[in-house]
Amino acid sequence: MTKIDIINRVAESTGLPKQDADVAVETIISLIKASLSRDEPVILRRFGSFQTRAKNSRIGRNPKTGEEAEITARKVVRFKAGKHFKETVNGQPSSTEES
Amino acid sequence: MTKSEMAEKLAEKINVKKQQAEEIINIFSNSVIEALASGDKVEIRGFGSFRVRERAAKEGRNPKTGEKVLVPAKKVPFFKTGKDFREAVDQGD
Repeated sequence: MTKIDIINRVAESTGLPKQDADVAVETIISLIKASLSRDEPVILRRFGSFQTRAKNSRIGRNPKTGEEAEITARKVVRFKAGKHFKETVNGQPSSTEES
Repeated sequence: MTKSEMAEKLAEKINVKKQQAEEIINIFSNSVIEALASGDKVEIRGFGSFRVRERAAKEGRNPKTGEKVLVPAKKVPFFKTGKDFREAVDQGD
C-alpha cells in the first residue's frame, strides 16, 4: 500500500474530490513531521504515538569492513502502536477501549 | 499533538468541518492498520514505512514470583522512519 491508495480511500469514503483528499493526506503527514521536528509527540488514540528519542553517540562497526566508527548522538523517531492496532494485527477482536 | 488538535489544523487547511477532518484522520489510521492486519505493508515516501515484525515465542519470567511463563509468538507493528523525516527530526527543523 502506498500514499495513493490512502488518498483513494479518503476520496471514496468522504466523497471529497481526489485533489482535496491528496491535500488532506499530505497535510496529515506534514503535521506529524512538523510536530516531531519540534520534539512534540503526536498521540493518535487507537492508532499509536510518535515521539522523538535522543540517542547517545556510540562506537559502531561497518558490517562490511569491520572498521570501527563513531555513530554521532542523534534524535530518532519512535512509533508505538496503540492497543487496538496491536490487537488487530494479531487477529484479536478489536477492543472497545480507547487506547 | 492529539487527534483533536490535528483535526483542527487539518480542518483549517482544507476548509472542512472539524468532524470531517477527524474522519479523514481515522481513515488514514484505519488504512494503515488494515493493510498490516492483512499482511501488507505501507510505504509513504518522505515519511516512512509501516510493517509487521514477528516476535518469536520465548520463555519469560514473572518478575514478582520468578515463575517461568511462555510468552507466545506475536506480531508487532513497526514504523521505519524515512530519510527526509529522519533528517528533519535530527536537525530540528
